[in-house]
Amino acid sequence: MRTLRQIAIWVALPIILIILWWALTARGASFFVPQPAGLFSKFIDVWMGERLLTDVLPSLGRLAVGLVISTIVGIGLGVLIGSVRWVRWLLEPLLEFLRAIPSTIMIPVLLLLIGINDTMKVVVIVLGCLWPILLNTIEGVRSLDEVLKNTADIYRFKGWPRLVFVTLPGASPLILAGIRQSIAVGLILLVVSEMFAATDGIGYLIMNFQNRVAIPEMWSGIVLLGILGVMLSAGFQLIEKRILRWYYGLKEAANDS
Amino acid sequence: MTASEEVRLHISGLRKIYGLGTSSEFEAVKRLDFDLHAGEFACLVGPSGSGKTTLLKMIAGLMDPTEGEVVLNGKRVDGPPEGMAVVLQEYARSLFPWMTVEKNVELPLRVAGLDKATREERIAEALGAVGLEAARKKFPWQLSGGMQQRVAIARAVATHPSVMLMDEPFAAVDAQTRGELEDLVRRVWRQLDMTILFVTHDIDESVFLGDRVVVLSMAPTVVQDDIKIDLPLEREQLGTHALPRFAELRKHVYEQVQFAKTNPGGIHSSTDERRRTV
Repeated sequence: MRTLRQIAIWVALPIILIILWWALTARGASFFVPQPAGLFSKFIDVWMGERLLTDVLPSLGRLAVGLVISTIVGIGLGVLIGSVRWVRWLLEPLLEFLRAIPSTIMIPVLLLLIGINDTMKVVVIVLGCLWPILLNTIEGVRSLDEVLKNTADIYRFKGWPRLVFVTLPGASPLILAGIRQSIAVGLILLVVSEMFAATDGIGYLIMNFQNRVAIPEMWSGIVLLGILGVMLSAGFQLIEKRILRWYYGLKEAANDS
Repeated sequence: MTASEEVRLHISGLRKIYGLGTSSEFEAVKRLDFDLHAGEFACLVGPSGSGKTTLLKMIAGLMDPTEGEVVLNGKRVDGPPEGMAVVLQEYARSLFPWMTVEKNVELPLRVAGLDKATREERIAEALGAVGLEAARKKFPWQLSGGMQQRVAIARAVATHPSVMLMDEPFAAVDAQTRGELEDLVRRVWRQLDMTILFVTHDIDESVFLGDRVVVLSMAPTVVQDDIKIDLPLEREQLGTHALPRFAELRKHVYEQVQFAKTNPGGIHSSTDERRRTV
C-alpha cells in the first residue's frame, strides 16, 4: 500500500506535466516545439529499431568502459594516496590542479593525440569520472574510524586482508557516492565527446538531426538521454542499497539511540 | 585455578616521555616493572591521569616506549604481538559494522590462517562462553551496548590469546549491564583458563574482578602498590560485594588510589614491599 502510494506520488507530477504539455500544444505550436503524441511515435521510430544496435549500444559501451576504468583507477589510486601520507603530500597539489581542468577542454587535444575513435571518447569520460571516485576514496580511506584502525592493528591485519575486510568496506559509503556522481558526469561527457567527433552514438545522432533540421527526431534523442539517466541512477541505487545495507542500518540505529 | 610461575608478560623499566627534546616534554610513565603470570587476573587501577592509556598502548604494541621493554612469552613487543588480544572501551566502534557477529569473531582467525573447521569450533566456543549463540547472524548495530561488548570479548577469546588486555571495557555501559559483564568475564576467565590484564579506574570493579590489583600513581606513573586479592574464587555481584573481606580490600585500594592522586612519581606509602598481602 505504501509503495503503491509512493509510486503514485513519483509519477503524478510527470503525468500532470505531460497533460499540460499536450493541452498547450494541442492546437499546434511552434515548429521547434514537439507534441507529446508525435514525439512518442518518433521516439519509437527513431530509437527502437536498428539504431538501438548501431548507436545506443556503442554509446552505452563507451560509458560503461569509461566508468569501469575510472572506478578501478580511482579506487586503486585513492587507497594508495589515502593510506600513505607522503604520497598524499606529494600528489595533493598536482591533483588539485588537474581536477580544476574541465575534461571537455581536453577533447581538441585528445583529437590530435588519439584521433577520432572510441579510445578518445573513453579517455574523455575517464578524465572527468575519475575525480569524484578518486577524491571520495581518498577521503573514505583517511576518515576510517581510529578505533577500527586500532582494532585492525591489534589483530595484525596487514596487506590484502586488511584492504579487503577493513579499508574498502569502511570507505565504501563514500566510494559509492563517488561512483554515483561519476555516472551523471559520465553521461554528459559521453554526449559531448560524441557531438565533437563521432560517426555513431546518441550524441552524434542528436547533432546530426539538428543539422538536418529534423526537430522531433532531435527531441526524441534528448528524451532518450533523460530516460537513460534515470535508469542508470535507479539501477545504481539498487546496487548501492544492497552493498550498503549495513551502513543504512547503522545510521538508523544511531538515530534511534 | 591458581597462577602458575610461568611469566606471560614481563614489563621492565618501562618509561614514556611525550615530546622528548621539545619544550612541551611530558613524562607520562616514569618507571614500571611488573610480571603477569599465566592464569592471573590482574587489574591495573589508577586515578584519571595515571597514564593508564599510555601504558596500555605500550603493552599492546601500539606505541613505542621511550625506555624499557614489554616482553610477551619471551619475545620483545615492537608492534601488536601475536598472542595478545585487546578489548577496547569503545565497543561500538571496535566491531566492524559491515560484518555479522560471527564474521566479526571469525575475521582475526581467518587472517591468522586457521582452517574452516577450527574457526567454526572457536566461534562456537567463544560465542557460547559469552552467551551470544543466538545473535550469530545479527549485525553489531542491531545489538545493545552490553551485547556488543560481549561480541568484542568473544572475538578476543576466540583467538586463544596468551594474554587478554582489557581497557576499561565496561566504562560506557549502564550499571546493571556492567555487573552482568563482570560476572561474565570472571566466568570466561575460569572456564577457558585465561590470563587477563584489566585496566580500570573503578576500585570496586578491580577488587571484584582481580586476584591481584596493581595501583598506579599519578603521572609520571609508577606502581604505587601491588595487592593480592584473597577473595574466594567463586564470586558474584551480591554475595561478594557483601563480604567483610571485600570491604577491607576495597578500603585499602581506595586509600592507595587516594594517596596516588597526591603523589605523582611514586613515593610508596606504607611499605616498599611489592605483592604483599593486606
